[in-house]
Amino acid sequence: MESVIKKYVNPKTFIEYLGGSVVRTTESFGSFAIFLAESLKQVFKRPFRRQLFFQHLEFIGNQSLGIILLTGFFTGAVFGLQLGGIFRIFQAEGMMGGATGKALARELAPLMTGFLLSGRAGSAMTAEIATMKVNEQVDAMEAMAVDPISYLVVPRILAFTAMLPFLCSVFIFIGVLGAFFSGVFIFDVDQGIFVEKIVWLVQPRDIIAGLEKTFVFAIIIASISCRYGLEASGGAKGVGVATTMSVVVTLLSLLGTDFIITYFQIVW
Amino acid sequence: MIFFQGVTKSFGNYTVLDNLNLHIPKGLITFIVGKSGEGKSVTIKHIMGLLKPNKGRIIVDGEDITDFDHEALRNYRRKFGMLFQHAALFDSLTVGENVIFPLKEHTKMTLPEMLRRVEEVLTQVGLSNIQHKYPSMLSTGEKKRVGLARALVAKPKILLYDEPTTGMDPLVSEMIDELIVMVNKQEKDMTSVVISHDLKAAMATAQHIVMLYKGKITLSGSSKDFAQSKDPVVRQFFSGKVEGPMEFL
Repeated sequence: MESVIKKYVNPKTFIEYLGGSVVRTTESFGSFAIFLAESLKQVFKRPFRRQLFFQHLEFIGNQSLGIILLTGFFTGAVFGLQLGGIFRIFQAEGMMGGATGKALARELAPLMTGFLLSGRAGSAMTAEIATMKVNEQVDAMEAMAVDPISYLVVPRILAFTAMLPFLCSVFIFIGVLGAFFSGVFIFDVDQGIFVEKIVWLVQPRDIIAGLEKTFVFAIIIASISCRYGLEASGGAKGVGVATTMSVVVTLLSLLGTDFIITYFQIVW
Repeated sequence: MIFFQGVTKSFGNYTVLDNLNLHIPKGLITFIVGKSGEGKSVTIKHIMGLLKPNKGRIIVDGEDITDFDHEALRNYRRKFGMLFQHAALFDSLTVGENVIFPLKEHTKMTLPEMLRRVEEVLTQVGLSNIQHKYPSMLSTGEKKRVGLARALVAKPKILLYDEPTTGMDPLVSEMIDELIVMVNKQEKDMTSVVISHDLKAAMATAQHIVMLYKGKITLSGSSKDFAQSKDPVVRQFFSGKVEGPMEFL
């Protein structure tokens, strides 16, 4: 304990520690930026790997649909219940549909879809690529003069970018259905009023604002997942560490990015 | 064929290759031997352009590859085939898809032509009718042979073997050694470079042997030169004894 205190109380050691952390963080940001730039550049380069793209579309889209439907319905239903409870105080339960729809379109659906896909598809991608890395399959690809970014990363980024907005739209729709269930069957809201308030409150620009976020989220999830996979080392433990780190960093990045995009959408 | 001219490579304070001058002749089977940590893998990575030397030049097939950029290196690597220590087959692809992979990536062959070539190389390594199987369904020896078929399929000029018999039972090891010799005979002008600890295999298979010790060449020559060498380090490596001039990390 004493040695630990000495180590960190010593100003020189503390400054070294702080400096080291800053350098390491800057380096990792820099190398990620280079990786992202290279990946985005490769999107427009031949060869276009259509077969891989469709495989990943199926994996990200089709296989995630069930979980999106379930989560969307319950998120909408629970959010509807919470808002309904508040609106009941003002005898304005009719507003719950519109309020839930707006919240879903602008915030909840993009973020929840991003979280779900990060946990389901992003983590699986990291684990798959990391396993390939530690088993020398990525080296084999390099040895066969095939760029791992072009083969492993680009089709995943494209598939995520194509699928996330679609799944987000499904989430919004099914979430509103969940809110409809809570409103009509629990709070006895008139069906016509429920729909009318949605039409009145939820504007196309709300849906566009949400979908804008999903494009950025898609690139973040795919690139972070692939990056951690490609950086993995040290056998099975390395695969586990890479997968955990990728999910944690992706979720934090989504939250931070969400704040920045929302700021620009609302303040600008 | 392959020349290292005064190549030095360090990782931090640890110098792996120390002013190394190496010549690997064309068309022969060259074994690079030495104990662990002597830079065999680092040497092969330099040949592939996966590592750059701190000092010195690397000339392969008349081209100085030392300063090649990313794109030039990718084109340069097309002349190689490589058999990895654990074969490094893609788990998600079948044997057929694994072997056809380099052809799909780099040639303009039609699909029937590619399939014919895949069948040809799989027969060459003694495996036919297993194209539909996944790597997880194969034995270790079969995986190695599929890896070799994949390395051969695009008719490389240089074939690199990374510890091809490490961890194998004696029968599979011998089979792999025989394959190395057979493939080298069948593919005209192909240069084979094998990195290995297995001195027995080297003596039986190699036409040229290079022994690395402390980042330099201790001996370069035929298996006969090795057998007759009086160098104490070579003698100790031959005998496999711990006692001797060799330093262990």
